[in-house]
Amino acid sequence: MSTATTADASQGIRVRTSVVDPATAVARARPHVSIGETVSQTFSMAWRALKKMRRNPEQFFDVTLQPLLFTAMFAYIFGGAISGKVSSYLPLLIPGIVAQTVLTTCMSTGVQLREDMEKGVFDRFKALPIARIAPLAGPMMADLVRYLIAASLTFVMGVIIGYRPGGGALGVLGAIVLAIFTGWSIAWIFTFIGTLARNARSVQGISMLILFPLTFLSNAFVPVSTLPRALADFVKVNPVSHLVSASRDLANLGVISGEVGWTVLAGLVVIAIFAPLSVYSYKRHI
Amino acid sequence: MTTAASVYAQGLVKKFGELRAVDGIDLEVRQGEIFGVLGPNGAGKTTMLKMLATLLPIDAGQARVFGVDVAREPHRVRQLLGVTGQYASVDEDLTATENLWLFGRLQGLRSADARAIANQLLAQFGLEEAANKPISQFSGGMRRRLDLAASLITKPPLIFLDEPTTGLDPRTRGQMWDTIRGLVADGCTILLTTQYLDEADQLADRIAVIDHGRKVAEGTPDELKTSVGNSTLQLELAPGADHDLAQQVVWRVVGREPVLTPESGRMNVPLETADAAGDVLIGLRRAGVPIGAVSVAKPTLDEVFLTLTGHDTGDADEQGEAARDESYLEVR
Repeated sequence: MSTATTADASQGIRVRTSVVDPATAVARARPHVSIGETVSQTFSMAWRALKKMRRNPEQFFDVTLQPLLFTAMFAYIFGGAISGKVSSYLPLLIPGIVAQTVLTTCMSTGVQLREDMEKGVFDRFKALPIARIAPLAGPMMADLVRYLIAASLTFVMGVIIGYRPGGGALGVLGAIVLAIFTGWSIAWIFTFIGTLARNARSVQGISMLILFPLTFLSNAFVPVSTLPRALADFVKVNPVSHLVSASRDLANLGVISGEVGWTVLAGLVVIAIFAPLSVYSYKRHI
Repeated sequence: MTTAASVYAQGLVKKFGELRAVDGIDLEVRQGEIFGVLGPNGAGKTTMLKMLATLLPIDAGQARVFGVDVAREPHRVRQLLGVTGQYASVDEDLTATENLWLFGRLQGLRSADARAIANQLLAQFGLEEAANKPISQFSGGMRRRLDLAASLITKPPLIFLDEPTTGLDPRTRGQMWDTIRGLVADGCTILLTTQYLDEADQLADRIAVIDHGRKVAEGTPDELKTSVGNSTLQLELAPGADHDLAQQVVWRVVGREPVLTPESGRMNVPLETADAAGDVLIGLRRAGVPIGAVSVAKPTLDEVFLTLTGHDTGDADEQGEAARDESYLEVR
């Protein structure tokens, strides 16, 4: 490329850039984005999201404070009532809190996407010849860091107040990986809401409405046997219950149970439905 | 393929509910020219540009960029053009270098190449010193330059500029004009929108005037200006003066009807040369028409509009607000 520049304030800025010949450019223009390009573009978008996270550390408040606070709070408030003493409640509670914090983190994925989409830079993303899924999947990849922090911190806090996972380090690691995967897949639901809603606040509102029943109408904090029949039936089919049970099996017993299978399956189903829906909705709103 | 127009559009329509923001526009931009789309706020300029840039679906009509159909092959069209919007579309949370690097990576450049091009563009646009500063510290002119630089990473043969100098001070605006001329000298085709007649005049080879989503005139800047006269004599008659007589005198002297402005007692007389102003004034004196105030000015966009559409730009502006609100909703 031949390039010469004269930057002179009084004359303005002269830019010399040899331009691609239109015929060549047309011949070179490809009709579709390849899978390889899509992956690379998603990684570039993830890089952008990570940079933003590092520059706005207040974004980490929810994934750091919430696990610490909720673990201690729930343990000391409900521990005695539900399990007799705090230490025997912890094996029940910690996997529940992991599921809860990971779900809350999902919600902020949607909220932040909505906020981001209002910025001018999204106009450019739309005008660039890039895969439509990249601006959505990129930030979600970066959010894996947040799920990792949220899940790990919950276990750390648990251990500090007396939790001794029977599944050992490997079991806990398995539970964390499962929580991250589930969080990531469920985040597609909130990404979809993010592309639909009018603004970030309404994303928050709608998400809360979905999130609260899902987390509290599960076995996350109480044994299912204590619930009335109708409620128990819902709790048993709630995917959050499966995640919680699977995490308990992994962290407390070191067992990869059928619950793990159900959780992974539910995650895959959610991705299969909501990833295409999100891309479709994002495209339509361009 | 080389003979295909850079931009070809026929019967382009965009509806926002009841409002036809773009109402059947035909357009042909030749290769290597600067084509100006002139119109007031809300005339449909930006909407039209967005449709051509694949950012809004086309409701009716068709558009091609270098022969490639915009509606059918949007991904190919996006590879052929760079878009610089009205509001800087760069990432506020990243530095200038990071922005350009990201856009380069997204368009398939290797990391090292993306960095090299970023540095090169920053140098060309006089932004090296600010390369690692957050965009929030950039002035309006610097943002526009960075925005334009971001559109040039892959050296697209066609560039859309949406009101490239709105809100810039005169000096920065002059710099932007030079930059745009430089791009054309290197073989780019440019489609730009503007609300300023002087900008279209300075830059554009050809101009289309858009109003209420319709093209009301098209031609070279000279053709457009002669349609309203090269200068305008603005007359304010003294109270009690005979308006009909004044109009007759004007008609006799310059052979054109004066354009009456909404303020009573004022009229604009289009002139071939500023000299003719003297003839009109002498004619009025001889006919005994008393004059309150007088000035001679170059035709303004308002006058072009008044002449071409019979209403001034403010009228279109109100509808424009509605149109923008609609398009705002549409983006949600």
